[in-house]
Amino acid sequence: MSATAVHSLWTMAGGVTSAAPDEKFKAPVIEYTQLTPVLIVIGVAVLGVLVEAFVPRRARYYTQVFLAVAALVAAFAAVIGLAAAGYGTTKAHIAAMGAIAVDGPALFLQGTILLTSLVAVFTFAERRLDPESHGSRVDSFAAQAASVPGSDSEKAAVKAGFTTTEVFPLLLFAVAGMLVFPAANDLLTLFVALEVFSLPLYLLCAVARRKRLMSQEAAVKYFLLGAFSSAFLLFGIALLYGYAGSVSYAQIATVVDGSIQQIDPALADTMGNDVLLLIGGAMILTGLLFKVGAVPFHMWTPDVYQGAPTPVTGFMAAATKVAAFGALLRLLYVVLPGLTWDLRPVMWGIAIVTMVGGAIVAITQTDIKRLLAYSSIAHAGFILAGVIAATPQGISSVLFYLATYSFVTVGAFAVVTLVRDAGGEATHLSKWAGLGRRSPLVAAVFAVFLLAFAGIPLTSGFSGKFAVFKAAAEGGASGLVVVGVISSAIAAFFYIRVIVLMFFSEPKADGPTVAVPSPLTMTTIAVGVAVTLVLGLAPQYFLDLASQAGVFVR
Amino acid sequence: MENLIALLVAAPLLGAVVLLCGGRRLDRVGHWLGTALAGASFVVAVVLFTDMLGRSADDRALHQKLFSWIPVEGFQADVAFQLDQLSMTFVLLITSVGTLIHIYSIGYMEHDERRRRFFGYLNLFVAAMLILVIADNYLLLYVGWEGVGLASYLLIGFWQHKPSAATAAKKAFLVNRVGDMGLSIAIMLMFTTFGTFAFGPVLEATGETSEGKLTAIGLMLLLAACGKSAQVPLQSWLGDAMEGPTPVSALIHAATMVTAGVYLIVRSGAIFNGAPDAQLVVVVVGAVTLLFGAIVGCAKDDIKKALAGSTMSQIGYMILAAGLGPIGYVFAIMHLVTHGFFKAGLFLGAGSVMHGMNDEVDMRRYGGLRKYMPVTFVTFGLGYLAIIGFPGLSGFFSKDKIIEAAFAKGGTEGWILGAVTLLGAAITAFYMTRVMLMTFFGEKRWQPDAEGHDPHPHESPKSMTIPMIVLAFGSVFAGGFFSIGDRFLHWLEPVTGHSHGDAPVSATTVTAATMVVLVIGVAVAWVMYGRKAVPAVAPRGSLLTRAARRDLLQDDFNHVVLVRGGEHLTRSLVYVDHSLVDGVVNGTAASMGGLSGRLRKLQNGYARTYAVSMFGGTAVLIAATLLMRAV
Repeated sequence: MSATAVHSLWTMAGGVTSAAPDEKFKAPVIEYTQLTPVLIVIGVAVLGVLVEAFVPRRARYYTQVFLAVAALVAAFAAVIGLAAAGYGTTKAHIAAMGAIAVDGPALFLQGTILLTSLVAVFTFAERRLDPESHGSRVDSFAAQAASVPGSDSEKAAVKAGFTTTEVFPLLLFAVAGMLVFPAANDLLTLFVALEVFSLPLYLLCAVARRKRLMSQEAAVKYFLLGAFSSAFLLFGIALLYGYAGSVSYAQIATVVDGSIQQIDPALADTMGNDVLLLIGGAMILTGLLFKVGAVPFHMWTPDVYQGAPTPVTGFMAAATKVAAFGALLRLLYVVLPGLTWDLRPVMWGIAIVTMVGGAIVAITQTDIKRLLAYSSIAHAGFILAGVIAATPQGISSVLFYLATYSFVTVGAFAVVTLVRDAGGEATHLSKWAGLGRRSPLVAAVFAVFLLAFAGIPLTSGFSGKFAVFKAAAEGGASGLVVVGVISSAIAAFFYIRVIVLMFFSEPKADGPTVAVPSPLTMTTIAVGVAVTLVLGLAPQYFLDLASQAGVFVR
Repeated sequence: MENLIALLVAAPLLGAVVLLCGGRRLDRVGHWLGTALAGASFVVAVVLFTDMLGRSADDRALHQKLFSWIPVEGFQADVAFQLDQLSMTFVLLITSVGTLIHIYSIGYMEHDERRRRFFGYLNLFVAAMLILVIADNYLLLYVGWEGVGLASYLLIGFWQHKPSAATAAKKAFLVNRVGDMGLSIAIMLMFTTFGTFAFGPVLEATGETSEGKLTAIGLMLLLAACGKSAQVPLQSWLGDAMEGPTPVSALIHAATMVTAGVYLIVRSGAIFNGAPDAQLVVVVVGAVTLLFGAIVGCAKDDIKKALAGSTMSQIGYMILAAGLGPIGYVFAIMHLVTHGFFKAGLFLGAGSVMHGMNDEVDMRRYGGLRKYMPVTFVTFGLGYLAIIGFPGLSGFFSKDKIIEAAFAKGGTEGWILGAVTLLGAAITAFYMTRVMLMTFFGEKRWQPDAEGHDPHPHESPKSMTIPMIVLAFGSVFAGGFFSIGDRFLHWLEPVTGHSHGDAPVSATTVTAATMVVLVIGVAVAWVMYGRKAVPAVAPRGSLLTRAARRDLLQDDFNHVVLVRGGEHLTRSLVYVDHSLVDGVVNGTAASMGGLSGRLRKLQNGYARTYAVSMFGGTAVLIAATLLMRAV
């Protein structure tokens, strides 16, 4: 069916026959060039599925790794190209019939997500940490995800040397969703993007090679609760549609701030029930706060972070947070700025319990991955402080913080994959005692990441936290800053405790060994350390970049 | 001509740097180099002095700015020197006596393998003292002040292998720090009050400043002066400082260090003139110290410690005179100069005696030395006559003037001060006669030293006796030279100002009274130590004697009040730190841990619990949002 035919069909359905079809209806204009980053990633993801179907098993790993890396690099190049062409600043506009924004925050966040994913892919592809099994190298993923743990079929799959190379297309699908999520400019696109990146993540959580039951349990929990939060989000979307008669951000914004009265008085009379707006807005917030892991929507985080394969945890912890905070920023700054004063107290409350709760519960954790999970919750609270600032500095400080945080996170989880004993990764903290004596380099690198998490000067964590707190204080949220600093002090305790444990405790006799990784993981860690130090020592260029990128298109 | 001023300091400073950094290569020439540079400084001083005399009285001050030290907006400090008559007097005293002590040390320290270093420290001492007296602002003065403190620490503890010397150096340093705090606070007060440190602007602006502020500054300056000049209550370091080599004692007591406090007060005269309360405290401190030092001097059997008590007492005279205001400034300085000569002579004489007596310091083991050390006996004797105020010698003129000035203060105050100074003069005559008799007269009471060597008293080498002879000349003639025609008064008056006060008694009466107490003092000493043989072991003595032997319990007082008090304070602070501060900190940590453990239980692993948490969270979120709209 041709495009004209489709149009005529619509025309008749609308009952409008008098006007020529060309005048009343226009073919949807899709600015493909501006969507290149997303299109590349999603295209290669589809290609990856075909690879699974048609390429021989032997060649799949290399093909998939190559494709994934190439896709992410190309997409990043496309983001740079768009930014260079001025789409981040002067030419920022809303593409694809109002569905996707191409502006500074979107491009900045997409760039961050792509780079983070790129270094995360290296940890996905790492095959030297586990000893070879049956003559073939293995990665962190189950030989055959569908086989029941402990069953004969699992043993057979392991013996046959299978690997789950599907993780690469899954990762690309998730990345595609994440690229759209912070750029989504209507509520439906937002929801679709959410599902596109969530579903692959649920799957990825389930495919750990070791401790498979735990991994599957994590995936199921994540899936159930994710579905629950999606339901809230969707219901919130429905209520907002009922309120404003549209799912478009721009349209809703005009209704919220009352400017619809000038544009279309007749329409204005039929809507504007504030109860719908408030309940709907709160429910959409629920969906997004779930993804960023804010208290009290955070409870999935420790279980999932612990159960998921560590490379997946690193990817998820970094990239999901970037995407979700991007979407949250856009929602609050573009759609609901009129609600700033209604939402402020409750957002304050959430930021405070998130910062304090994350930091306090982290104190008694005994598993490094759970510890990092609670740390990520506390960090979500710090970022929320910047989000609440409701100033341009608030936006740019959050963008900067996300960039610093994501690289530290990926790097830290990459280090976690290295410390192993007979049962795989040795994540219990007691096993990390004295690591600094046996493997000073690895321990030192991990210490750098921990110091960055703690926000110690000369690391990126300090510049990020400083930017966020400064913006919050200038935005009138000094109280939050006070709580934030106190929480940082509490958090510093457990970060430093790990450092003390590594360097000042006697090594255990049956302690873990540090596996020597391939250049892949080394690259991930090296990039993490480099970014941490560069953004800590000379953050100004990137602060300026974030500040230029800190304007949403409306 | 003003460009020469920096040279005064540069010469000894160069000596200090070269000698201390030069290493062993300079061991053989170090003492000559140090002495030559001190002498060079003296020559420069004489040149500047001759030049100064050639100009009229109002035009004598010279000024040299070297560089801008702290050029900050609103905080200007220069390294700049000012050489007026007051500074010139000190410069001449410091360089001349300093050079003589350098010469004397060549012989005295001949057998010490660290002699080069000793001369380096001596040069440093002289340089710091010169900076102190020619600085044109209080901040630079403070540099010299601290430099003197450092050099004295290094020299008192020069024989650091002796624990007593190391302790004495530490004690001097610590007590001086208390005074230094006073000076630094005074300088800060000056900056907040006047906005500058320079002598000129500060001292000119005192007229427009409230008395309260001037009193505060004055008292802080007095605290500083008490530290450096060993006045009550910061006197305790002086006696122990005798642990240093004898030339150091001479240098500290005669030309440098202890005179710094007097200089500071006279230099800051304008501040004290505007603060009568501070002046009163200065006078009281001077009077108390005058008697304190004299009483301690009576009881000591250690020749150097007896002389140390005497120094304390004589500086007390000067501080008292300085506290009298314009009546006394000139005489304070005049006594300082004459004292510089005779006290240096006495110390060098004492050093000479020790040199001949195997470093024995106990006067009860001397006796009859006049036959064995004639030069020392004569020069020491002249110094003795000068200090007790024998008519015609230096001390007679300068001390007499101070006693007159004390009476001239007027009123009850004047009578009390006059009486105290007279009493001091009597005690001075007593204890100095005692020293003289025990050392040079009577029977031989020599005893072999610890290694069993019998002493063979002998005259000291030329390098030691010549300085003593030169100083003896000063002791004899300086006072008369200064007083005839009021030379010194006219010289210094343009800087310090002068007023005659109103004396209730005539000068002749005062002189007569002084003579009477002098004779009484000498006579009592003769009765006690000249007629009877001196016992080789000190008798038990009266309560006062025993207290005076223990420096009037100064160390016991400091120990009980300051050391014990400080320990108690420390202990209570430690207790507070452990119980309260640590308690709060640890308590917080423990409660956080407990809270963490409890909150952790919420994370029970059931997805249903998590879902409830989310549901509740959303409900609260919605309710709160609606509530905000409702209110």
